[in-house]
Amino acid sequence: MIADRIEKLAPSGIRAFFDLVLGMPDVISLGVGEPDFITPWKIREKAITALEEGFTSYTSNQGLFVLRQDIARYLKKKYSLYYTPKEEILITVGVSEGFDLALRAILEPGDSVIIVSPHYVSYPALVEVAYGKVLYLVTKEEDGFKINPKKLCELVKKNPKAIVLNYPSNPTGVTYSREELKEIWKILSSKEILVISDEIYGELTYDADHVPVASLDKKAKRQTILLSGFSKGYAMTGFRVGFACAHKKIISAMTKIHAYSMLCGPIISQLAATEALKAQREVIQMRQEYKRRRDFIVKELNALGLSVTQPQGAFYCFPSLGKFKLNSLEFAKKLLFEEKVAVVPGRAFGKEFDSYLRISYANTLDNLKKAIIRIERFLKKLP
Amino acid sequence: MEEILEILEENARISLEDLAKLTGRNKKEIERVIKGFERKGVIVKYKTVINKDKVKGEKGVVAIIEVKVIPQKDVGFDLVAERIYRFPEVKSCYLLSGTYDLLLVVEGKDIHTVANFVSEKLAPLSSVKGTITHFMLKKYKEDGVILVKEDKMRRLAITY
Repeated sequence: MIADRIEKLAPSGIRAFFDLVLGMPDVISLGVGEPDFITPWKIREKAITALEEGFTSYTSNQGLFVLRQDIARYLKKKYSLYYTPKEEILITVGVSEGFDLALRAILEPGDSVIIVSPHYVSYPALVEVAYGKVLYLVTKEEDGFKINPKKLCELVKKNPKAIVLNYPSNPTGVTYSREELKEIWKILSSKEILVISDEIYGELTYDADHVPVASLDKKAKRQTILLSGFSKGYAMTGFRVGFACAHKKIISAMTKIHAYSMLCGPIISQLAATEALKAQREVIQMRQEYKRRRDFIVKELNALGLSVTQPQGAFYCFPSLGKFKLNSLEFAKKLLFEEKVAVVPGRAFGKEFDSYLRISYANTLDNLKKAIIRIERFLKKLP
Repeated sequence: MEEILEILEENARISLEDLAKLTGRNKKEIERVIKGFERKGVIVKYKTVINKDKVKGEKGVVAIIEVKVIPQKDVGFDLVAERIYRFPEVKSCYLLSGTYDLLLVVEGKDIHTVANFVSEKLAPLSSVKGTITHFMLKKYKEDGVILVKEDKMRRLAITY
């Protein structure tokens, strides 16, 4: 009774591993994909006030106009990116919904989409749900987990409808400089390939400024669907509010699906998001804290022989198991049972990455230190 | 503010090693910078924030005292303030604008001790025109730390 393509969606051994972690008390978890900060108080306070004042209705399908205006202003100020609030911005329920809408709006059955792996888990699944075909562009540790232009040229020959970019990346933390983006864009712009750019971690970029691909030039803006939101940089995961910016034709198509399926994002969350854009000081503080933790954990993991490609954003690193002869799931399970430290096995992010782990440093320094001591003890026991 | 100061303000007990790892500088350099701060009086003291309500057998009282004083020629408030902040009972002393001049935080073992301090030491000073004593009933937040209720993290142990 279940549709074939849904039946085939891969939950795999990872789901079972997650259940193990959730059932075990006193675990130090480096497996969490969300901030360890609670939403800054001024944002929470805005949500409380909104409720008190009786803001409990629907909003327009596209989302509160004030919020779209604020987002337009923010993108203009921060990235010199101009989107009109009326036609080119849609408020979504997190980037997840925005991503789903983008695919459903642009794909004909059988259209192919390039996904750069290691990739966030939802991408291939949602492409398949939208009747698309996935073309994997598998990156290598030697290339710093970045897109290899030659490989991209090869895949572009297969006439994909779109490519999904995600930088800073979940799970590697790797991001792209303006120059690197230009090189990628040069290849893409030769064909009419749409770019779905998930830049949810853009606010959490540490060593240089984040560059949206849409800001490269006019054509790049026209061909890009920029997805972002408030979950990570503003520690608002539970509010479920994100946004999509693109050419008005695309936004209008996405809004149609959104209007029929979601109707609109929750009004309380949308109002809270207007306050979030005023909380730049809190964002900077959180970013600084993540950066320090990154410097700490990367040094420690490298010293333990779990070599890490330097992450420049998000709050993940993707160490290689290298000389330790266990696959990622076995390693994660053993580490969980023996030392009560949870990490996410690399295979969750692509089958080629079974000798990697995703470690999240969205945790207190104390916990990170304890976890490192436990991992060290664990590694010593390995043959 | 210098990054090292920011970290120390949050946790004065952090090791030099951890400071080095967090800031990407080496231990020697950090030690030298901290020594410099100590010498210049940028770092005054390393203190522990204690929630005294939770300490067994601790029965002290805290009073906030507003003091109106007569400033003196040439030195203004500084000499009067010095006479007052030298008392060991006075934990903090600030000069403020507004309806009174000095604000004191005074600690004593009970109400009587503080009352005696006010009536026998503080009020009789010739430059003190008047005092208003407020006894503290409950501390909610001190030095940026919420004492009564911490935010609880409710996120799941593992997610993508």
